[in-house]
Amino acid sequence: MSGSSTTVLRARGLSKHYGAGPSLVRAVDDIDVEIRPGETVAISGPSGCGKSTLLHLLGGLDRPSDGAVWLDDTRVDALGERGKARLRRDRIGFVFQAFHLMDELTARENVELPALLAGGRVAAARRTAMALLDQVGLADRADHLPSQLSGGQRQRVGIARALINEPDVLLADEPTGNLDSAATADVLRLLDRLHGDGQTIVMVSHDARVAATADRLLSMRDGRLVDETVLTGGSRGDLGRLAGLES
Amino acid sequence: MQQEVVLALLSKQPSHGYDVHGQLRRALGPLSGSISAAQVYVTLNRLEKAGLVVSEPAGDDRDGRDRRIYDLTAAGRQRVVGWLDEVVWPRPNLAEFHLKLVAAAATHLADPIDIVDRQRRELLRQLRDSQRAALAEPDGSLAALLLEGVVLRQQADLTWLEACERSWSAGS
Repeated sequence: MSGSSTTVLRARGLSKHYGAGPSLVRAVDDIDVEIRPGETVAISGPSGCGKSTLLHLLGGLDRPSDGAVWLDDTRVDALGERGKARLRRDRIGFVFQAFHLMDELTARENVELPALLAGGRVAAARRTAMALLDQVGLADRADHLPSQLSGGQRQRVGIARALINEPDVLLADEPTGNLDSAATADVLRLLDRLHGDGQTIVMVSHDARVAATADRLLSMRDGRLVDETVLTGGSRGDLGRLAGLES
Repeated sequence: MQQEVVLALLSKQPSHGYDVHGQLRRALGPLSGSISAAQVYVTLNRLEKAGLVVSEPAGDDRDGRDRRIYDLTAAGRQRVVGWLDEVVWPRPNLAEFHLKLVAAAATHLADPIDIVDRQRRELLRQLRDSQRAALAEPDGSLAALLLEGVVLRQQADLTWLEACERSWSAGS
């Protein structure tokens, strides 16, 4: 069975277990997911519910105990370590809560790195990195080290880095988890702009405000998907009433 | 629209109706859609009949429209001061929702968990709308502060609904 054209990322019966016997922990337990091209999906739930593990399985960062993951027609879980590393580098963009930038590299060098590792030419990588830094509003910080940037700026560098190889999907694990509310708003605006440009985004967040910006919300409890809510189609006309204005 | 709001907007200086409407639009941003200039004029008329404002024709009706300048009377000013002094806070109808769940469980006419679930989905959609509207506001927008209030209340309501869901799930 291969991935169908209406989904970019798909999982069937995905499970991740730790331990054995009575101490068996089902971190992710028999989950089916389908992500369509261009949609933003949020995965939400209390801490320890398995949402980050699910994201890692979807992105090939972790090997499932059972089940299968397809990125378009590629079966991710069946790839060897090198194949998975290549897939993560070329077709999946990761954004982490703790940014995971290289401290000794400048913002621009951090963004360039995945392009160079993918065999890109130095001049082209530099041009693309500068264009992405411009897109995330940090063109004037290109030569700064991460330690010279605020948390919100570091995360925007992280997002630019995740985009440099034009990934099929952007996977973000608590992308605003370490940020104050102003920086959170900046990151959410940026993600929304990428969404507007057609980027497929899957993000994990325990924060309802962040999760609610998605098109679709998947809720997890104890390793299982317990709910799916389509968030689009609300009516903006109600905002006034919510704020106490009578029409 | 509440009459006191219009009175309060006139309390700094006498203004045209369209200035009052403009102030409302700036303060409410994306939420101002439901308030028309006509509503402002109707309100001003009522306030004048009630003796809370007085008006006189403006001299500069260049485009031929009948513009009037409105000013507060002493009674109008007193009303504004009283309104500002009042402690009111809009009450969401939590008791009604709570009693609906109690009744659903007692009569078995509906499942309280379903009721909570539908409400939660609706609230999530509303949260998306207000959160996106808040993100779309430019820096320094007055309306952004209002939207922040809407978002925070929705978040609190969601937290309460989660507690409802846990409690009714445990009970069933």
